[in-house]
Amino acid sequence: MPYHKIPNWTPEQGLEVLTFGLGGETFALEAGIVREILDVMPLTQVPGADEMAAAVINFRGRIVPHADLRVSFGMDRHSTTADSRIIVIELELDGNPTLIGLAADRVNEVTVLNAGDAEEPPVIGIRWPREHIRCLVRREGDVVVLPDLPHLFARLTGKSAEPVTLH
Amino acid sequence: MSEDPTAAFRIEAGELLEQVEQGLLDLRDNLGDMGLVNAMFRGLHTLKGSGAMFGFDALAGFTHHCETAFDRVRKGDVRATPDLVDVILSAGDHMRALVEGDAPEAAGQAILARLAAAVDAAAGGGSAPAPAPAAPTKKGWKLSFRLPVDAMANGTNPLALLDELRALGDATIVARTDAVPPLADLVPNHCVIGWDCTLVGDISHDAIEDVFLFVMDDMEITIEPLAVEDDASGAGADDAAEPAAPTPAASAAPAAPAAVTVNDQQDRRAATRSQGEHVRVPAERLDELMDRVGELVIAQSRLSQLAHHGNDLSLRSVSEEIERLAGEMRDTMMVLRMVPVSTLFGRFRRLILDLANETGKAIELVTEGETTEVDKTVIERLFDPLVHIIRNSCDHGLEKAEDRLAAGKPASGLIRLSAHQAGGEVLITITDDGRGIDRERVRAKAEANGLIQPGQVVSEDELLGLIFHPGFSTAAQVTNLSGRGVGMDVVKRTIESLRGSIDVKSVAGQGSTITLRIPLTLAIIEGLLVRVGEGRYVIPLAAVEECLELSLEEDLRSRGRSIITLRERLIPFLRLRDLFVTGTKPDTYQKIVVVGTGSERVGLVVDQIIGNHQTVIKAMSPLHRNVAAFAGATILGDGSVALILDIAQLVALGQPREERRIAAA
Repeated sequence: MPYHKIPNWTPEQGLEVLTFGLGGETFALEAGIVREILDVMPLTQVPGADEMAAAVINFRGRIVPHADLRVSFGMDRHSTTADSRIIVIELELDGNPTLIGLAADRVNEVTVLNAGDAEEPPVIGIRWPREHIRCLVRREGDVVVLPDLPHLFARLTGKSAEPVTLH
Repeated sequence: MSEDPTAAFRIEAGELLEQVEQGLLDLRDNLGDMGLVNAMFRGLHTLKGSGAMFGFDALAGFTHHCETAFDRVRKGDVRATPDLVDVILSAGDHMRALVEGDAPEAAGQAILARLAAAVDAAAGGGSAPAPAPAAPTKKGWKLSFRLPVDAMANGTNPLALLDELRALGDATIVARTDAVPPLADLVPNHCVIGWDCTLVGDISHDAIEDVFLFVMDDMEITIEPLAVEDDASGAGADDAAEPAAPTPAASAAPAAPAAVTVNDQQDRRAATRSQGEHVRVPAERLDELMDRVGELVIAQSRLSQLAHHGNDLSLRSVSEEIERLAGEMRDTMMVLRMVPVSTLFGRFRRLILDLANETGKAIELVTEGETTEVDKTVIERLFDPLVHIIRNSCDHGLEKAEDRLAAGKPASGLIRLSAHQAGGEVLITITDDGRGIDRERVRAKAEANGLIQPGQVVSEDELLGLIFHPGFSTAAQVTNLSGRGVGMDVVKRTIESLRGSIDVKSVAGQGSTITLRIPLTLAIIEGLLVRVGEGRYVIPLAAVEECLELSLEEDLRSRGRSIITLRERLIPFLRLRDLFVTGTKPDTYQKIVVVGTGSERVGLVVDQIIGNHQTVIKAMSPLHRNVAAFAGATILGDGSVALILDIAQLVALGQPREERRIAAA
């Protein structure tokens, strides 16, 4: 049962999520981790940082990394549009609550996903690394992707990670 | 401040134990000082009492034994010996553990057993370094004392004190009623009567002080020996405060401790009084306030930008007013966070004692400049590096006593810790008078580890700098103290993370000096704002040596070799545009900012120098922890983010890169 992988997701209750569009796919984040949705603002590039979190933003006086899931999912990057947003989430990384700004082409809605609609990512038929995804959820004839964010970001904070030097 | 009374007790107990430890270390140097013994006794007594009150029964029980031991020292049954002091020092550690609630029972038992043994050993010999004030005077004493007005409210019973005096000997007590107000103004529970008392008998000065032990700090008291008719030399007005001793020869030494006692008490009284005006605030609240002030400074600089772009004069004047206030507030905030380095240095006295015991060397610690003030966070983070450095000096630097004597030095090794402020930095130097760093061994080791080529010409500073390389240790044998090859590189990294630098000087046979240069505060730096491509970056101003123009011809000529000549010196430079892969065209007039740490210099080529910028430093997110080139980030007046360059990293980066480039060419 793939929904077991997500805490507090029961067949009775469903999972409250925020859905957003990115690179032509629909992703979902647990509503509980979303802190704020911001209009696009100037990014400050961090030379030498991992491509997935290559910039920082000023989120109310705090320096918050700006991450782009398109990099991990091998999608093309489009230029920003009037619908583009930054979703600020709070993740527990290495035991520390960490704020991250996620790029989104479009923010859709807050909705409830049914546990019964959840599926394991298939072994063939998707272009993305399977371990980046916790599960896929069928919804209104479409598929919503629940990315495994702690896994995606652990690579950047991990103690084992090689220090990034410039060249 | 705290809601939880036991938390308040923990803080108080920590301070008491700190005082007791410092007192014990003083006592160890001056075993006959009864004033210190009394102070220790009072400290332990208070700890026992408050411990029991807050339900720390194990602590109270354990402390009781130490208190008893000190009581016996006070009464002269037991001599204060170095062993006894050492046992009580370790008992103090155990008490700390008891306060924190994680003390193993067995350890306590072991300490008590050692304590009993030390007391027994010290009890036998009577009083060899017999403290002078204990020397009895035949004739007796004349006392005049007045209790504090609120003594009775605080639970002191004057009649009981008088009874205790009578129990000492033949006492004549006369009340002084000159301060008693008219009946209408009399507050019944105020103690307004003073007493004059003549005590005749074979009584020691200490015995009298003991009577007033717990009220001594706040009361007025004079204790004078009764005039002695047949001692013509004494009895002068100057000598009156000191217990007259039978012979002048014996009186010289013993009089000193008594005088110290009096001074101590005055100091302590002054300290108690000034403490009344202090407020204890948890450090997090100060940090929060610091953050708010930082935000305020940023918001204020945005406001002043707006005001200067508009034409509204009244807005501009308000903006300037706020600018001034915000600046003053920031300065005040900085001062709030400053603590004297004595809080740091005090902790090393114990370390030195332990190291002396472990290595069997005699080591003396001298500290200077303890009143120098540094940001609290800096102080906390300096502790571990300093421990490493001091351990290294004691273990590798100082020779054994016989070797020292052979080299014509005093048997006891000297470690000097000093601090002083220079501009926005504080310099902390650790000096030892040991054998110095053995350059041949450093070179041999570095060659063995492949850090330098055999026969390579290396400057003095560079050679000594190698000791900070990871995995470098010249100790042939790993000792308990140091020599595991971790340590000095950790020291260097910690100091650099404080935006400081470290410098070693060493003279063979005469010792080594390690100098740490640390910024006074971590929260705000003066920076030079520069533009590289489209990004803006801050270079810490303290590291900037000068700014030059990189002319077009020079730029083209230096394509093959990124080196400029500056006052007869070759300086490698880094093109930040290449390094940061901006993908933009260089400006026509590029600038070189020459930065340096220690003796190494590197030029940073930037597109434009925007100007000075006072910067509130923000930490980078953990996601960017592995990016080496940046020390932090800051928010500019327009709300955008600028990254702060990590100069130490860039300088290090500049060196091998140049070597590689030259090798490739």
